[in-house]
Amino acid sequence: MLKKYAVRFAALGYLLVVLLGPLSMLFWRVYVEGAGKAWTALTDPDTIHAFKVTLELVAIAVPLNTLFGIVVALAIVRRRFLGKGLLNAFVDLPLALSPVVVGLSLYLLYGRTGWFGPWFSGHGIQVLFALPSMVLATIFVSVPFVAREVVPTLREIGDEQEQAAHTLGASGWQTFWRITLPSIRWAVIYGVIVTTARCLGEYGAVAIVSGSIQGKTETATLRVQEEYENLNLAGSYGISLVLAAIAIIVLILMTTLRPKEGVS
Amino acid sequence: MGQPLASVAQPAPAVGRLVSNTTRERAGTALSLGFVTVFLSVIVALPIAALVWSSRNDGWSGFWTAVSAPEAVAALKLTLAVAALVALTNALAGTLIAWVLVRDEFRGKSLVNGIIDLPFALPTIVAGLLVLALYGPHSPVGVHAAFTRYAIYLVLLFVTLPFVVRTVQPVLYELDTQMEEAARSLGARELTIFTRIVFPSILPGILSGVAMAFARAIGEIGAIVILSGNLPYKTEVASVYVFNLSQSGNGTAAAAVAVVLLAISFAVLLAVGGIRRLATRYERA
Repeated sequence: MLKKYAVRFAALGYLLVVLLGPLSMLFWRVYVEGAGKAWTALTDPDTIHAFKVTLELVAIAVPLNTLFGIVVALAIVRRRFLGKGLLNAFVDLPLALSPVVVGLSLYLLYGRTGWFGPWFSGHGIQVLFALPSMVLATIFVSVPFVAREVVPTLREIGDEQEQAAHTLGASGWQTFWRITLPSIRWAVIYGVIVTTARCLGEYGAVAIVSGSIQGKTETATLRVQEEYENLNLAGSYGISLVLAAIAIIVLILMTTLRPKEGVS
Repeated sequence: MGQPLASVAQPAPAVGRLVSNTTRERAGTALSLGFVTVFLSVIVALPIAALVWSSRNDGWSGFWTAVSAPEAVAALKLTLAVAALVALTNALAGTLIAWVLVRDEFRGKSLVNGIIDLPFALPTIVAGLLVLALYGPHSPVGVHAAFTRYAIYLVLLFVTLPFVVRTVQPVLYELDTQMEEAARSLGARELTIFTRIVFPSILPGILSGVAMAFARAIGEIGAIVILSGNLPYKTEVASVYVFNLSQSGNGTAAAAVAVVLLAISFAVLLAVGGIRRLATRYERA
């Protein structure tokens, strides 16, 4: 009995020191630094612009990655082809790769001496230090999440219903819309939520390709750092509070959508 | 003419339909594979190829000079050491937390379970700022670890917390307790039961979680950049070093060190794949 309590308190103690302790600081720091100052920083045009840029990135990256995630998951689970292992590896790569490496890769590809850089600048298209490269970076880091949710679900449901629909004369599209999509929809939604969270929080990759130009290419997370470096801690914690509030909404959606994680 | 009877007895296949199905299927495969290949090439493969290509702009000797520069070596060493320590801590703490979440009952458990995923949902720069608030210069608990290696260790524990918990928890949940009860009734001690029965079944989960936590710790920048002070030879990790090189216009050297990080990422993914394959083979046997 004693042992059981020891194990429980060891686990909860660890969570307190590593996770809950730091988290509890959020409101406290905003309060100490001054809620008024935090509000001023939050309503600053540059901050509002930073949030707008972040939303733009999410609005472009999430739908594209959702489409890609569904198609690639269907290909991995339902189709047979050569090089599936390689495809899997490339889909998973962003999970294990440093965002800095991602940003640097794009920087080198679209830079002045990069393979694509001269062509785009020749056509007057600004890729680096502008939205296009930031979109590419955001898509890169969030590629795996929809696919990783949909793949196990597709395996689990099997293809009997799809086969049946096929035998009854349904076209590929009809089968997809009527049979496949409805049965994977929760996995897709869950994947979309995780993708959104990842896109909102991206820092390293976007920091390299965007140049962090205030009021132009600065995102919400870059703004947190900018305020911190300008010693405007109230602003830094204020923006963090908004980002954390979004994270907590995401978290609630995640837990309500996934009740099967093993808590009875 | 030696035709086996069985084939003669088979009904004639509906040739037209079969052919149209397979061609349609093939067209579908080609279309989806085409889309997937183009997407992955533009988003992932081409940038990575450009990185590897650029790392050799100054030839092999340039690559080697960049990778073996004292500051680079110090940053890589620190990164690997901290990441290994973080992975090890996660192996223990993650397993412990998963165990408590599955086998223990207490009030507020579902809340604790929900909060485990928070580090996945929270921007990492916010995580860094929060750890700084608790363990930094204005610490309300009197711990001032900011701008030290301890701070890097602490914030990486925050960021990697869910990996092991979330890979071990489902396995533990599915685990049949009959074997444990049998062992217990035969007089086995709790520790023996854990090491002989529970541990072997959750080991693949622990290992793949640890590998992902390790990879994450190697590559993290957002959580660290505010907190560590980024002092060369002291608290500068590899990702920050690469970032600084690229900002100072030294793209080739940055690419060289980045290629080392890329190689580590591939190695981790290979290891995870291997663990997964071993685990399924073990299940089948």
